[in-house]
Amino acid sequence: MTTPFEVTGGHLTVPVTMEDRIRGPLHAPVSLVEYGDFQCPHCASAYPVVREVMHQRPDTVQFVYRHFPLPNVHPYAEYAAEVSEATAARDLFWEMHDWMFEHSADLATTTIRIGLRDLGLQPAVIESEVDSHLYLDKVRSDFVGGVRSGVNGTPTFYVNGVRLDRGYAVADLLAAVDERIAVG
Amino acid sequence: MTDRVAMPGPGQVAPEFSLPSSPEQMMSLAQLRGSPVILAFYPADWSPVCSDQMVLYEAIRPEFTTFGAHLLGISVDGVWCHRAFAERNGIRYPLLADFEPKGAVARRYGVYEPECGTADRALFVVDGDGVIAWSYLSPPSVNPGADGILSALERLAPVRQVPA
Repeated sequence: MTTPFEVTGGHLTVPVTMEDRIRGPLHAPVSLVEYGDFQCPHCASAYPVVREVMHQRPDTVQFVYRHFPLPNVHPYAEYAAEVSEATAARDLFWEMHDWMFEHSADLATTTIRIGLRDLGLQPAVIESEVDSHLYLDKVRSDFVGGVRSGVNGTPTFYVNGVRLDRGYAVADLLAAVDERIAVG
Repeated sequence: MTDRVAMPGPGQVAPEFSLPSSPEQMMSLAQLRGSPVILAFYPADWSPVCSDQMVLYEAIRPEFTTFGAHLLGISVDGVWCHRAFAERNGIRYPLLADFEPKGAVARRYGVYEPECGTADRALFVVDGDGVIAWSYLSPPSVNPGADGILSALERLAPVRQVPA
């Protein structure tokens, strides 16, 4: 039984595994996990920030993207997440992830089709898989894990399993990453 | 104000209430007896943190439902404000208007902030017998998320109702 004033959450409850979408060195000393929504404007703002952090710390940071779609305010977010998982099955997750955030404000079924064609994929095949929700379990599993880890909006970042409660400007993320490197 | 009621905690009976859930309907805690009820008191429709929190809860609602739990949002905003806020954010769970007498229910739960004239950001999980199982007072600027709610629901009913 908890007290009324207990502070909960703030730690990643689902460890990073090979089931995750991982960019950068597999055994990097610092793991940066984002729970994001492809249609969320704040996540779209964070996208170039994360790219910059990865660019500045290429050997020390591993980036993990997990799905946290909020379909009641972003009607194509869950669809986009499922599409990205279909591209993951074809080793094109990060290409699609980047495309989604570069076109975040315009996401819809028809525009996502353009993104799939840009990657050389056949939209009809992907749409058929997504319509049968082949990848929905992965998306839901990410979402529920995020809820249990104290995700309270998007984007939410974790650095080596600890929720980042400051901002997510380049300086904020770099400072958090460098603190972890210093701790070792 | 010196007559502030202490926030009731686990093991205490949840104060009964009946509040408008729409211009035409009232909703009481008693009518949900038999199921866990999540009471999410929040300061104000449309404020940034409240919007994030209430939107998040709509997205998480299927998880609450697996425990057979009902979710109620409560603030001092009126029914028409709630309606616009819910429509704008795709919120389908009831938002109750603790509007007149202003904050009366929040006061009985010890979560009314007289200086601001709003409810605090506070969570209660009430069991099917109307007893508080868990409560949490969040700083006004911090979205508490839903982890604490789900943990409380798990303790109430370790075996989930998995939808067919």
